[in-house]
Amino acid sequence: MNGEPLLRFVDVSKVYPLPAGDVVALDHVSLTVEHGEFIAVMGPSGSGKSTLLNMMGCLDVPTRGKIYLSGQEISGMSDDDLTRLRRDHIGFIFQQFNLIPLLSAVENVEFPLVLKTGRTESRQRAVEVLRMMHLDDALFSHKPGELSGGEQQRVAIARALVNDPDLLLCDEPTGNLDTKTGMAIMEILATENREGKTIVMVTHDPGVAAYARRTIRIVDGRVA
Amino acid sequence: MFFSFAMRNLRRHWVRSGLSIIGIVIGVVAIASMGVMGNSINLLAANIITDVGDTVVVTPHTAIGGTFAGDPRTAVDAAIPAREVEEIQRAANPHRAISVLQGADEVEFGRGESGYAGIIGLAPDDIPLLLDLAEGQHLRQNQAGALVGIHLAREYGINPGSRIAIGGEDVRVAGVLAERGIGFDINPDYAIVVSDGWYESHFGTKDSYPLIIVRVGDVDEIDTVKEAIESRINRREEVVDVSDSREMLGQYEEIYDQITLFLLGIGGIALVIAAVNILNVMYISVTERIREIGVMRSIGALRREILLMFLYEAAILGLIGSILGGLLSTAFGYLISVAAIEVATAGTTFGEDFTVFDQSAVGFIIFGMVFGIATSIAAGFYPAWKASHLVPVDAMRQK
Repeated sequence: MNGEPLLRFVDVSKVYPLPAGDVVALDHVSLTVEHGEFIAVMGPSGSGKSTLLNMMGCLDVPTRGKIYLSGQEISGMSDDDLTRLRRDHIGFIFQQFNLIPLLSAVENVEFPLVLKTGRTESRQRAVEVLRMMHLDDALFSHKPGELSGGEQQRVAIARALVNDPDLLLCDEPTGNLDTKTGMAIMEILATENREGKTIVMVTHDPGVAAYARRTIRIVDGRVA
Repeated sequence: MFFSFAMRNLRRHWVRSGLSIIGIVIGVVAIASMGVMGNSINLLAANIITDVGDTVVVTPHTAIGGTFAGDPRTAVDAAIPAREVEEIQRAANPHRAISVLQGADEVEFGRGESGYAGIIGLAPDDIPLLLDLAEGQHLRQNQAGALVGIHLAREYGINPGSRIAIGGEDVRVAGVLAERGIGFDINPDYAIVVSDGWYESHFGTKDSYPLIIVRVGDVDEIDTVKEAIESRINRREEVVDVSDSREMLGQYEEIYDQITLFLLGIGGIALVIAAVNILNVMYISVTERIREIGVMRSIGALRREILLMFLYEAAILGLIGSILGGLLSTAFGYLISVAAIEVATAGTTFGEDFTVFDQSAVGFIIFGMVFGIATSIAAGFYPAWKASHLVPVDAMRQK
C-alpha cells in the first residue's frame, strides 16, 4: 500500500453508441474504494451497477474520466496489461458462477494460478483454498455440472481467491442460490473481508447488502 | 494447460472432431496418393525411356515439325532421299550418320506362333554403334541373319541359333539385343534388326530413309552438328527436321511434371474442402464457447493464449488426420500406382521389375501430411483469432 486508495474513479462516464442514440451507462461518477472496505452497490435494473463493476474490474474502459487502481491509471493500458492486472489483482464472482465446464472443480480453481505462474503444479494451493470454502474433498474432481449451485459458487469464490487478489468483485453472488446457501456464501465473503480482503458487491437484496459496511447507490448512471 | 483444453474439447465433441479428421484423411490421401501416382508414372517413363544424350535425330520435314521414331507422326509416308543423306553425312563429319530403314512384316516365330513385328534395317558396321547385345553375335557383312529385340525374344522364347521367318523368308537369329527402352530414335526391344542389304533384298531397294541418326559422341558438339545439318540441308526449303534427345526428353519431363501437378491439384482440392470443414467446425466451436472464452479472458487469459488454444485444436485435428492419411496414402498410393502402371504397360513387358516407391514417393506422402497440418492450422486461424479478440464483457453476456 502506497497511501493511495485501492480504487479511484475521477469523473468517469461510459457512453454506449447505439443506432437509436447514445446510452449513458455511467454519468460523471467519482468515487473511491479504500483498502479493506466491503461495499454494496445497489440500484434499480439498468442503473449502471454492472457497468461500474466492469470498470472496477478492468473489463471495460471509460469513455471519459480516469480510473486509478492502487494509484495506477488504467485507461491507456494495453489489453495484455489490463488482462495481467485482472489476473494478478482482481478476483471475480459472478451470479451464474461461470465455471469452465471442461474442468473439474479443483482445475477451475487452479486455472488462474496456472495463468499467473505458468506452472501446472498448482494443485496444492487450489486444494487448500477449496478446503477453506468447506467444499467436500470428494467433490474436487467433479465437473461443474455435477455440483449444486452452492457448491459451484464455493468453487467460484475459491477461484477468485486463489491468486490472493487485492480486490474481490461480486456480481449478485447469491442471486442464483436459495436463502440458506446464499447466507453461507455471504458468511464466507464477510470472513474474507474481516481478514483484510477488499470487496465490492452488486446486489438487489437488502439482506445481502447488510453484510457490507458501505453502500453506494446508483441511479441513472449517477452515484445517488 | 491450453493444449489439454484443446484435447478435452475435441473429445467432448468427438463426432464432430471425427468427421473433421475424416475430411483431412481424405484430403491427405488424395494429395499424397495422386502425387505418388504421378511420380510413379514419371519414374516408369524415366525407367523405360532411353536417354541417348549424344544423339541427333534427322527426320523428313513434316508440317507439324520435329518428330521421333515412336511418334505417330512417323506414320507419315515420307523419307529423306539418298542424296540428302550424303549431304547430312558431310555436314555431320567427322561424326557418323547412320541411315535407318524401318518397316514391318509378318514374322513366324516357330511352334505355330506368328505376328507382325517392326523390322529395322541397318548397315552391319553401324549396329554396334547403336545397339548392345544381350547374347549371341552381331551381324557380319552380307550375312542373312537377324538380331531380335529382348522383349520379343522373351515373349516367343527365341535364342541365338533359333530360326524365324520374316515375310515367309527363313532367317537365323544371330543374337538377342540388350534392353534399350523406348528411344527417341529407334525402338528395337519389340523389333527385329536386319542388315540393310537383307532389308533391301526383302522389301526392295530404297533410295530414301525415314530416319538418320548422328552419333555425336561429345554432347557439347550437338548444337554445332545440328546447325551444320540445318544450314546445309534446309538452306532453301525445310527438307528435314533436326532434333536431339535432350530436348525431346525435356519435353517429356515437362509433360510428366504437368501430369504430376494436375494430380496434386486434384488432391489439393480435396484438402481445401477438408479445410473448409475444419473452418466450419472451429467456427462452431468458438460460437458455442463464447461465454467460456469471456470468462477465461476476465480471469486473466491473454489473447494469445486463447488464440493458441483454438490453434491447438485445429493442429490436433490436422495432425491426427495427416498421420492417418499418411499411413493410408502409403498403401493406397502403392496400389493406385501399380494399377496405373499395369494399365500403362498393358500387353508389354516394360516395367516388369519396376519398383513404384522411391524417395520422391515418400516425399509426396510427407508433403501431403505437412500440407494437411498446415491447411488445418490455416483454417483454424480465423476462428481462433476471432475468439481471442472477443471483448470479455460482451462474450460473457452471450447465453
